[in-house]
Order: sequence, then C-alpha cells, then structure tokens
Amino acid sequence: MAVLRIRDAPGGGLDAGTRTPAGAGVPAVALIRASVTLGGRRVWGGVSLRIEAGEFVAVLGPNGVGKSTLLKVILGLVPLAAGSVEVFGGPRDGVRTGYLPQRRSFDSSLRIRARDVARLGLDGARWGIRVPFARRFSARSRAEDRRLEEVLDLVGASAYADRPVGELSGGEQQRVLIARALGRRPTLLLLDEPLEGLDLGNQQAISGLGSRICREEGVTVVMVAHDVNPILGHLDRVIYLAGGGAVMGRPEEVITTETLSALYSAPIEVLRASDGRLVVVGHPDAVSFHGHR
Amino acid sequence: MAIADLAEQLLRYAFMRNAFAAGTAVAVLAGVIGWFVVLRGETFAGHTLSSVGFPGAAGAVLFGLPQLLGLAVLCTASALGIASLGRVAEGDRYGAPAAIGTIQAFALALGFLFASLYRGLLNGVNGILFGTLLGITQAQVVLLAALAVLSICAMAVISRPLLYVSIDPDAAASAGIPVKALSVAFLVLLALSVAATTLITGALLTFALLVMPAAAAQQLVTRPPVAVLLSVALGVAIVWLSLATAYLTDYPIGFFVTSFGFVVYLLSRGVRRLSLA
Repeated sequence: MAVLRIRDAPGGGLDAGTRTPAGAGVPAVALIRASVTLGGRRVWGGVSLRIEAGEFVAVLGPNGVGKSTLLKVILGLVPLAAGSVEVFGGPRDGVRTGYLPQRRSFDSSLRIRARDVARLGLDGARWGIRVPFARRFSARSRAEDRRLEEVLDLVGASAYADRPVGELSGGEQQRVLIARALGRRPTLLLLDEPLEGLDLGNQQAISGLGSRICREEGVTVVMVAHDVNPILGHLDRVIYLAGGGAVMGRPEEVITTETLSALYSAPIEVLRASDGRLVVVGHPDAVSFHGHR
Repeated sequence: MAIADLAEQLLRYAFMRNAFAAGTAVAVLAGVIGWFVVLRGETFAGHTLSSVGFPGAAGAVLFGLPQLLGLAVLCTASALGIASLGRVAEGDRYGAPAAIGTIQAFALALGFLFASLYRGLLNGVNGILFGTLLGITQAQVVLLAALAVLSICAMAVISRPLLYVSIDPDAAASAGIPVKALSVAFLVLLALSVAATTLITGALLTFALLVMPAAAAQQLVTRPPVAVLLSVALGVAIVWLSLATAYLTDYPIGFFVTSFGFVVYLLSRGVRRLSLA
C-alpha cells in the first residue's frame, strides 16, 4: 500500500505514477514538478504524475483546488509556471484530444439541433462554410457524416439528435457533448465534471459510458468529479488534489484516512458505507462524497 | 398584372431604384450578421453600435465627410471599445452590459452635440435617427454592395469556428480556435453592418433589421445554415415591403421596417407555439 505523496517540499516530488497497471510504454500524460499560478495565486505546485495510455482516471478534490486547471494544463490552455507537461511523450501539438468543459447546461433559448452541436467536434475548427451537398462528391464529407452517426449512436443520442439542444435534459446534453468530444477519434478524453447536476441514474449512465469509451475504444479517459462514488467501480486510479499538491494511486490507496490526512495536513477520516460507498469526513472542504443537495 | 404595374411604379425613379438596391444589400448583410448576434446574446452591443451611428452620421455631416465613412469609422472604433472595455471577448456577462451602456449614453450625447453644432440640419437629424428613403446616391449603393459582399465573405470564412466559439468557447479554444480574435473580428463586422444598416433604417431603428428577422428565424428553424438563409429572406422581404409601403403612403420607412419586423417576429413565436402544441 505504498502511496506516494507529492508535495512541493524540498527535494521535489516523487513520480506518483511509477506503480501503474499498464507499466512501461509512453504515458498518455506526464507532469513533471509542474506548478500553476493564476492571477498571482499559486494553484498547485510540485506536482508530478503519470497517466498511462488506456487508463480511466478520476481527478478528485475540494472546490477551487485546481481540478479544471489540471485539464487545461494538459490541453495547453493554461501555461505552467514551472515544470513540464508531456502528452503521449511530446508537446501537445498533433495529439487528438477530446474535451468536455465544465459548464452549466445550455439555455433553452439555444435553438440549434443537437446533431449540429455534436458535429462541431468534427469540423468546427475548419474555416469556410460547409459546401452544400458535399457528400455527393467529397469522401471526407461522407466519412464525417458516418463518424457523426457513429458517435451519436455510441453515446446513445441518436434518438434526439434532431431536437434543439436547449430543449434536452442535462443528461442528454452531456451525451451530445461527449459525442462532440469523440468526433475526431481522440486518444485522450478529458471530461470536466460531466456528472454535475445529473440525477443518480444519469450519473451512473454517464460513468458507464466513460468506462465503455475507455475499455472498448481504447481511449485514455480523465474525468474530474466531485463525488467519486458513481465512478468508483470503473476507475483504474485517482488523482486527489488538495493543499496545493496531489496524490495519485488506486482509489483504495488514495482515499484513505492516512493519505488524505497527510494531503490536507489535517485530520481526515474515510468511512466505508455498507454499500461500498466512500464518505470523507473531518475537513470542511473534503468532498469525496457529497450527500443530497 | 397589378404586381408588374406596382413594380414599374416603384422603380420608376432613380432614388427608389437606389433605395431598393441599397436596402436589399443591407438586409442580406444584417440577416447574416444578425443571426450570430442573437445566437451570441450580443443584441445590446448591436443596439449600442447603432446608437453610435447617430454621432457617426451627424459628425460626418458637420465635418463635411461622406456619411457612410463617418458611420463606419465611429462604429468600428466603438466596437473595439466594447471589446476592450466590456470584455465581451472573454464572456464577462455581468460587467459587459454596464460598460456597453456607458458607450451608448456617451454616443447619444455626442450625436446631440454634433446636431446642435450644425444648426441648419433639423430634417437631417430626423433622417439620421429614423431613416430615410431619399438621398441614397448611386455611389452609396455601390459602397453598400461592396461592404455587404466583403463582410459576407468574411463571415463565410469564420462561420464554423465562430459558431463553435459562440456555443462553447472553452471547447473551441481546446480545438485550437483563436477565441478572442474571433470575438473581436465579429464585433468589427457587426459594427460595419450596423453602419450600413443605419443609412437605411436610421440609428434608432437599426435593431429592427439586425435582430428581428434573425430572432424570428431562430424560432422557426434549428439548422444553422437554413436559419441564416431564412433570416436573410425575412430581412429582404421586410425591407421590400417597407420600401413599397413607405413610397405609397409617404410615411417614414423606419416605422414600416420596425412594424413589419415586429409582426414577423410575433408570427414566428406563434407558429412555434402552435407547432409545439
């Protein structure tokens, strides 16, 4: 049960990802003594971690600890103040990454078909208009049409793909956005709080979908979550951010009284309910289980 | 044959032919730009830029410059001001309206000052505020058409990334789209189309042509390309109908553009309500 603790202590951080199921090979993501400063405030620092290709990893931790920032660092949207980040062994250019930003639901006044929103993941970054009737003479256009149907089907959104996205439920909207993120066959899928605001049934469905994408499509999935329990059964490992540092390991290694107490530098207790759910108590911010809201 | 007679009567004079040509160019441009304005929730920015049309046009008259030049320069400058002051580009939905409103109030005051300084211009002020059929020159028609063609080409180039940015800026940024640059570019295109529209509808009623057809189209159609085309078609229909009515009745054109636009919008809401039921 060697849990490696990464802090910005003198001597630098250890590599938390040395014990991994996948073992050797090029990691999907490697952070080396990475630090982030936003608006003069240090968000986290001295973080080293390794996400192996094909893993399903959750990013946990209290509000404002920099979970979304970690995804943005991986995407290259937020620069590092120190340290380095590599995606599939190099800089991020050319790596196909799917991203579901943290967000509120679409306003009901957004009158655009779900299908058109999902399609942005395929060709939304391309300049110029889509040529009308392009599928008659363009093989690429036909391939994109097929891929769109494929991802809509994969996430189970085909039935409501022609409805305006603003009229869909929160769970349906998340499926459409995951379809959008999958469009260009990413090797790395970053999901920022996809379970937020969903009912329990939808939380489980989206968790299962993330797991399926990981196992069946071979995509490395990194999911930021508030509550680990809906995804606990699917996860390979977790990254727990708190106190300006990070711990990475298997859930049963990280979400323990000892590890979290050390991370928070405060007494924390991890309880296991009879149904297997984990409850973190003792710190006002410790929200690995969230109760009913 | 009544329609042919009517068309013949409407197009008999050069000023009406100019008005139809200019109005069509402006309606097409406003229809395209307006759809994105409504989508992006930037109607207030659009309205403010049209208020800027007042000092723009009045200043041009005062200093003896071409109206379209005065409009385009001041509207573009204000768009850049909105982009930096209101941080529209960063999606600040709370600070932005106050900053934009500040620009709007200042623009109206400046327009009033220019109009006061140029004492002999009472009728002109009316035309600047509420639009006029008369006095659209051949040269203006050519300029408006060129402006419309160039702006629509620019919109065609940026349309897909702009749609992505408008719906989900964070995901768009992760796809390598320059989010801020696109938002500023769109504000400048909006400013130019407002300048063009103001020549026809007047500064206070630009909103009618910019927002109403687009808002109606969004009620009716959910496929973006089709919705943009419908927005253009509604805008052109509104302008043609308004020009004809204004010519035949001798009442101001701005009133008709606004009224027909309002009716079209109400009808679109009604149609959608019925289709849901």
